[in-house]
Amino acid sequence: MNDGRVVVETRDLVKRFGDLVAVDHVSLSIRAGEIFGILGPNGSGKTTTIRMLCGLMRPTDGVALVAGADVARQPERVKSRIGYMSQSFGLYRDLTVDENLAFYGGVYGLGAGLAPRIEWAKRSMRLAELGGRLSGVLSGGQKQRLALACAMLHAPDVVFLDEPTAGVDPAARRLFWSIIRERSAEGVTMIVTTHYMDEAERFDRLAFLSRGRLVAEGSPAEVRGSFGGTRSLEDIFVALQEQNH
Amino acid sequence: MNPERLGAMVRKEFVQMKRDPATLRLMLAVPVMQLLIFGYAIRTDVRHLPTVVFDQSRTRQSREFVERLTATDNFVVRRQVHSYAEAVDEVDAGHARAAIVLPPDYARSLKRGRTAAVQVLVDASDPTASQNAIAAAQLVGQRLNVAIVGARSGLDPASPPVDVRVRPLYNPALRSAVFIVPGIIGMILSNILIIITALSLVRERETGTLEQLIVTPLAKWEIMVGKIAPYVLVGYVQMTTVLLVGHYVFAVPLRGPLLALYGASFLFIVANLGLGLFISTLGRNQAQVTQVAFLFLLPNVLLSGFMFPREAMPAVARAFGLFLPLTYYLEVIRGIVLRGNGLMQVWPQTLALAGFALAFFLFATRRFSKTLE
Repeated sequence: MNDGRVVVETRDLVKRFGDLVAVDHVSLSIRAGEIFGILGPNGSGKTTTIRMLCGLMRPTDGVALVAGADVARQPERVKSRIGYMSQSFGLYRDLTVDENLAFYGGVYGLGAGLAPRIEWAKRSMRLAELGGRLSGVLSGGQKQRLALACAMLHAPDVVFLDEPTAGVDPAARRLFWSIIRERSAEGVTMIVTTHYMDEAERFDRLAFLSRGRLVAEGSPAEVRGSFGGTRSLEDIFVALQEQNH
Repeated sequence: MNPERLGAMVRKEFVQMKRDPATLRLMLAVPVMQLLIFGYAIRTDVRHLPTVVFDQSRTRQSREFVERLTATDNFVVRRQVHSYAEAVDEVDAGHARAAIVLPPDYARSLKRGRTAAVQVLVDASDPTASQNAIAAAQLVGQRLNVAIVGARSGLDPASPPVDVRVRPLYNPALRSAVFIVPGIIGMILSNILIIITALSLVRERETGTLEQLIVTPLAKWEIMVGKIAPYVLVGYVQMTTVLLVGHYVFAVPLRGPLLALYGASFLFIVANLGLGLFISTLGRNQAQVTQVAFLFLLPNVLLSGFMFPREAMPAVARAFGLFLPLTYYLEVIRGIVLRGNGLMQVWPQTLALAGFALAFFLFATRRFSKTLE
C-alpha cells in the first residue's frame, strides 16, 4: 500500500539539550504505508527524534512535517493525526483493557464509533478475551498490543512506536510484528525505533542514527550496500557503536 | 471545548479512585480522626490549675479567700506548703501551676481596715493556659473589695452603682470546640485536597502515563478539570462528615443556611485543588512536590486564623494570611455556622474565594506543559 506520498518529512532537524546535540541535522522522508525503522545504539537520538515528530518536544532547529502539519507550529494538530506508543508502558495499570480503550477512544472523540472501533482493536490486536482484565496484570506482549490498540483506535495516518519490542519474549515479538505488518497493509505508516538488529530486515526502509547523526538511510539492502555490502547490519551496528567510544 | 473528551477524562479519574479503596477510606477516615483528636485536645479555655497554698494567717478569713478562688474552677488546691520558698519550688518544678500566698496578718489587716496583700503566683510560661487563672484571681479580689467597701459605706451589694453584664453571643458557654470545629473543616479540606491533587498529576508523570496522555488532543484545561472533578466530590463528603460529627459529637450549632455554606465551599474546594495542581507543576517527582506542598501547609494552619486570631498578628504575618484561601473560608464558615450569616454577610470573602479558585486554576493550566521538556 505504498503510494509514494510523503507523510513524514524532516529537514535538518536539530535538538540540543544544553551542550549536548541529541539530534544533529537529520533529514528524513517517510512515505505513506511504509514500515520505517529508526535504528541506532542507545543515546543515538532515536527517542528524541520520535518525540519531536509527535509534538512532545520542540525542535531546536530545522523543520518537521507530520501528516501535513508542522510539529513546531501546530503540535496539537499533529497530535490528533498520529498514534504514539511510548517506550515504557504508558497506560493505566489500574484500569481494565476495556476501560483503557474507552478512555483513549473518548479522548480522541470517537463518539458513536467508539464501540465498533474497540471491537476492531481487540480483534486485530489479539486481545479478544482480555477486555475485563486489569492492564497492570497483563503479560509484556499483551501490554504492548494494548498500547498499540490505544494508539490506533482513532485510525491515525501515522503511528510512532518507541522501542515497542524491548523486553518482550520472542513469540510475542513475532506476533507483534505480524500485527504491524497487517496495519501497514491497511495503509497506516508505522515508524518504529529499535536496537534489535535482527529486526532490521523487517523494515521496508530504515534510517541509521549514530550520535544524533543520520549515517545511512534506505532499504535494508541499500544500507548494507552503503557500508560495503559485505557485512551484516548487526556488524555495522557494532562497528558504529565502537566508533562512539 | 469537547464534552466527550472531558467526560472520558473525568470518568477515568473516578474509576481510578474507585480502584484504590484504601486511599478512599483514608481520605474519609482521616478527617474524622483529626476532628476527634483536635476537637477534644484543643482547649483554649484552660481550667483546673494544680495549686499549692501557703497560708500563714490560718484563719477563717484566709480559708474563705482560698475557697473563693477554688470556686472559680481555675484553681485546684493540691496541698498546703510551709514556706514561701517551698511554694516557689513547687511551681518551678512544675508540680503546681499556681501558688496562693497569704500573709500572717491577713485577717488582722482586714479587721483593722488596712490593705491585706495577697499574692497569687501563676506559671504564665503558656499565656493561653494562664490567662483564665489570672483573670479569675483579679476578679475574686475585686468582688471581695466591693463587698468589703460596700459593707463599710452601707451600700447594698445587691444593687451596685454600675452593673456591667456581659452576654457572650453565639457561644454562650464559651466552649473551644464550638469555635474550633468549623475551622477544622477548613483546615482539613485545605490540607488533604492540596496534597492529593499535587501528587495525582506528578504521579502520572512518574509512572509514564502522562507521556501517553499529552500526546492526545486533550486540552490542558481538560486534563486539569478531569484531575480535580472527583476530588470536588471527595471534598464535599469530607466536609459533610466533619460537619455532622461536629454537630452531633461536639454540639456545634449549624445556624446559617447550609446551601450558602455548600456554595461557598465549592469555591474553596476548587481553589485548593487548583493550588494543588499548581504545586504539582513545580516539581518533577512526588518527593519534590510533597516538599513544596508542606511549604503551604504550615502557614495555612498558623497564619489563616485557624490557630491564632489574626487580629493578634503583626502586620507582615497578617498580610501573608491574605494570600491564603483558608483565611477567607474560615470567616465564611464561622460566620454561617456560628453566627447564622447568609451569603449577604460573607459575600466579600466568598468573592475572594472565587478569585482564588479562578487564579490558581489558570496558573496551574498555564504552567502545565503538554511537552516533555
